[in-house]
Amino acid sequence: MTSAPRATSRDALSVAITVGTYGVAFGAAGIAAGFSVLQTCLFSLLTFTGASQFAAVGVMAAGGGAASAVAAATMLGTRNALYGLQMAPLVRVKGLRRVAAAHLTIDESTGVALAQTPRGTHAMRRGFWLTGLGVYLFWNLFTLLGALGAKALGSPASWGLDAAVPAAFLGLLWPRLTTTYLRVVAASSMVFALLVTPWLPAGLPIIASALVAVVCGWRER
Amino acid sequence: MSTSTAWIVLGATSVLCFGVKLLGYYIPEGWLAHPRLQRVNALVPISLLSALVVAEGLVVKTHVVLDHRLAGLAVALAALFAKAPFPVVVASAAITSALVYHLH
Repeated sequence: MTSAPRATSRDALSVAITVGTYGVAFGAAGIAAGFSVLQTCLFSLLTFTGASQFAAVGVMAAGGGAASAVAAATMLGTRNALYGLQMAPLVRVKGLRRVAAAHLTIDESTGVALAQTPRGTHAMRRGFWLTGLGVYLFWNLFTLLGALGAKALGSPASWGLDAAVPAAFLGLLWPRLTTTYLRVVAASSMVFALLVTPWLPAGLPIIASALVAVVCGWRER
Repeated sequence: MSTSTAWIVLGATSVLCFGVKLLGYYIPEGWLAHPRLQRVNALVPISLLSALVVAEGLVVKTHVVLDHRLAGLAVALAALFAKAPFPVVVASAAITSALVYHLH
């Protein structure tokens, strides 16, 4: 039997490498949207929450305004506050370490930490830090590679980068659609976004689709 | 997109996304416990990601346009149904879209 700390490390590392490689897609998306290599890399270093980063560059690529891009990214990032609520009593740190813990609080670090629950608090804390730091390392490394690669390739449409971005969103959405109800919410949001597209400035239909979430989540099912 | 717009989007997104993360470590536990807020919050990523798929794949500015990107998305969907890993999904969409773009 593998020792508990080693099993936790293995969980953390496999998640970190897998998720980190998605950074290639983000790096390419940043360049396709018109951001520089430096700006694209700074997104991964400073924003460090995948879906929000994709949303910010995606809205700009769609011709949306800066406010729409920032609003979409921030709305997607609000779930990290809920993760923070769960992780705060676990990591129990203050000062700079708390700032670092907050920055590393994302889907994956929270997910691996919670998955270690049967192995105890120590393993959960270890899972959180190892996954957070591991994803940070690989996500940033692969963002740089993706950005440099896309820069070298040139025209986004010519290399299919304009289809890679919506495919990446579909790939991020897919694992969340665990029930029929959630699939209906997703399909409704797509239809809603397409219906309002001719009537709203570019980028706003994405923000407006949050209304579907509000309407669907308002009442208990 | 101008360079200054790019920097503004980068700066504002980074500050706000970090702020939201930090908030989770400072607000009292009860604040976000309201069931309605939790239900809506669980659905927001699904709605936004869904809208982003169509806004990026089927829209140019404010028009619905069906072009080479749709072929890429269709292949991505097929790859997801076949349980392909994320990089394969993205790469197969890109390759398909590029082929259709050049052949068209």
